Amino acid sequence: MGHNMSEQSMRNFNINFGPQHPAAHGVLRMIVELDGEVVERVDPHIGLLHRGTEKLIEHKTYLQAVPYFDRLDYVAPMNQEHAYALAVEKLLNIKVPMRAQLIRVLYSEIGRILSHMLNITTQALDVGALTPPVWGFEEREKLMVFYERACGARMHAAYIRPGGVYRDLPQDLIDDIEAFCDPFLKVCDDLETLLTDNRIFKQRNVDIGTVSLEDAWKLGFSGVMVRGSGAEWDLRKSQPYECYERLDFDIVVGKNGDNYDRYLIRMEEMRQSIKIMRQCVELLNSSEGKTEVSSMNAKIVPPKRKDMQTSMESLIHHFKLFSEGYRVPKGEIYAAIEAPKGEFGVYLISDGTNKPYRCKIKAPSYAHLSAMDFLSRGYMLADVSAILGSLDIVFGEIDR
Amino acid sequence: MWENILIGLEYLFGIPIFGWGEDVGFVYKALLLLVSLLIFIAFILLADRKIWAAVQLRRGPNVVGLFGLLQSFADLLKFIFKEPIIPASSNKIIFLLAPLVTVMLALSAWVVIPLDEGWALADINVGILYIFAISSLAVYGIIMGGWASNSKYPFLSALRSAAQMVSYEVSIGFVIVTVLLLVGSLNLTDIVIAQKEIGLAHLLGVPWMNFLNWFWLPLFPMFIIFFISALAETNRPPFDLPEAESELVAGFMVEYSSTPYMMYMLGEYVAIILMCSLTTILFLGGWAAPLEIAPFTWIPGIVWFILKVSLVFFMFAMVKAFVPRYRYDQLMRLGWKVFLPISIFMIFIVALILQLTGWGWHGGVA
Repeated sequence: MGHNMSEQSMRNFNINFGPQHPAAHGVLRMIVELDGEVVERVDPHIGLLHRGTEKLIEHKTYLQAVPYFDRLDYVAPMNQEHAYALAVEKLLNIKVPMRAQLIRVLYSEIGRILSHMLNITTQALDVGALTPPVWGFEEREKLMVFYERACGARMHAAYIRPGGVYRDLPQDLIDDIEAFCDPFLKVCDDLETLLTDNRIFKQRNVDIGTVSLEDAWKLGFSGVMVRGSGAEWDLRKSQPYECYERLDFDIVVGKNGDNYDRYLIRMEEMRQSIKIMRQCVELLNSSEGKTEVSSMNAKIVPPKRKDMQTSMESLIHHFKLFSEGYRVPKGEIYAAIEAPKGEFGVYLISDGTNKPYRCKIKAPSYAHLSAMDFLSRGYMLADVSAILGSLDIVFGEIDR
Repeated sequence: MWENILIGLEYLFGIPIFGWGEDVGFVYKALLLLVSLLIFIAFILLADRKIWAAVQLRRGPNVVGLFGLLQSFADLLKFIFKEPIIPASSNKIIFLLAPLVTVMLALSAWVVIPLDEGWALADINVGILYIFAISSLAVYGIIMGGWASNSKYPFLSALRSAAQMVSYEVSIGFVIVTVLLLVGSLNLTDIVIAQKEIGLAHLLGVPWMNFLNWFWLPLFPMFIIFFISALAETNRPPFDLPEAESELVAGFMVEYSSTPYMMYMLGEYVAIILMCSLTTILFLGGWAAPLEIAPFTWIPGIVWFILKVSLVFFMFAMVKAFVPRYRYDQLMRLGWKVFLPISIFMIFIVALILQLTGWGWHGGVA
């Protein structure tokens, strides 16, 4: 009798990790079951940032849906727009001019740096290093200004639109982006002196949150999460979109699939992004890059303001495009891009009207977060925040 | 009997100018030390934030007063005028007692610190043991706060800090033993004087190069271990596990607000400065000038003491800016499996060398 009672009185320590936890990366709530400091179970609860994006898009024209994509992964807004624009363009079967492709790639890579910079530095923050985030944010600020100078908004760009991009980049902006590249590499080196060989940083990240390649595929990982485990998988190479196949860059692959490898990959990918950005700038400045910035299909892309003042036809197009929008041929399409966090996909069903019948969004962070329990079991409480940091999740796209 | 009471009162409140007592009363001295210590800490706090900001390429507090010099006082007012929130499920008495315990213990250790020759309020001959005893008790403030909050994060934090502070006290203890072997006295003033009178500069025949005499040089590994253990003892990064932001939010201080919170912060910084002073006294020659030649010796000892304490604190602040945080088990491993064996080994080495060479300070009581 007494023996039974003592068995029953054992109870693990449950704590509520978030949603107001400083390391919860947004509005994540995790129920963490602890045995002392050792994690027995992690149960992520999502939905606190649910806005019904997919449903809202069903009630908007194809153009009006664009800004919702900025609000998914708000760390790298334009990358999401890019996936959506690709999907719509595939349905419409229109081609995007070279200059627009270059600008899209340029800003996708800026987005990748924005995202990786935030992630690397907050991963450092999650293991207690307080300086890297402040250094990193300085660089992010510069990139946000590039966003602002391209489209007028620091985050919610609505810049990459079906058919091309909203408007051309001024030449001085292109020059400034070029000038940004070299000093940024120096900042990467500086950041690495704080982290890469730091013994404590290594102790906190090496062999923590390890995932084998087999498990990574099973768990539906993509992006850095599979590359960390050794897969040479990057949508920019394996199914190139835009002009990526013309650009020279490397896929960065890890070996051990732990937090530290993922950190190293992100660090190197930022350098690769700079390499891509340089090539884009070069092409933009060459004769090849001096084209229009959007498709000339007047039924899809709004006319220029100047034309509207003289041409009745343009005025009508403008009115129709911004009221009714354009009709998209019946069909289904899946378009995916290599977003900073992994494969970001948009699955569109068109019923031939001016609004999508269904828009399913495939967010990489969602699959990554769902592996939280798998990754954290048996590690310690402090590792939970380190692992969470290396997953690179953003709640905008998980909760949608 | 009345005479004894009168002598006691004289000792406590004597004012020699009025012909009452031979020395200035203990209470006045203690008050002076307390007030100047608190003011010093106000600026040390600012320095901490400024150094941290400089590393992070920020400006740090720069609004209140010139260069933000009055920031700490503004913070003080803010803390005092805020409403203290006491959780309904907490044990209210212990909850409020805990920060008081922390700050009282941290302050009471200062009574034996010699700021200059003969400036220790109580020049007791077991000074170092007294400090060791008092700083061991400091963990109670954290445990009480963590337990009385009746909340999960503070509870975990209290458990962590109990283990952490006890572990690092052990290695601090052994480091102190090596110093004591050289000095042969537990009195802090003796330890400083010993560093002037023996040391490597004397062996090298350049006794005026005082800074070579100090024990940081002959006991260099112990100096490093002491510095790191002091970081751990005062819960500074990379050992700030009890208040680890990314895991335990704010640890034992989660439920604290207003003045009780300020008490914790104050206690923490008093303890940090105490550890800086102890480092100064044990390894950096206390109030002694670095070079025993003209312009340096004109400067009063208290200034050297404050400069050295500030230097040690600067290192504390820089460490905070650079390092990530250890995990709990790594912290324990470092304490028990690295520092403890090294310091025990060093005790044997030091003892052996002293025994063979007859080196050491023999002016002490022991």
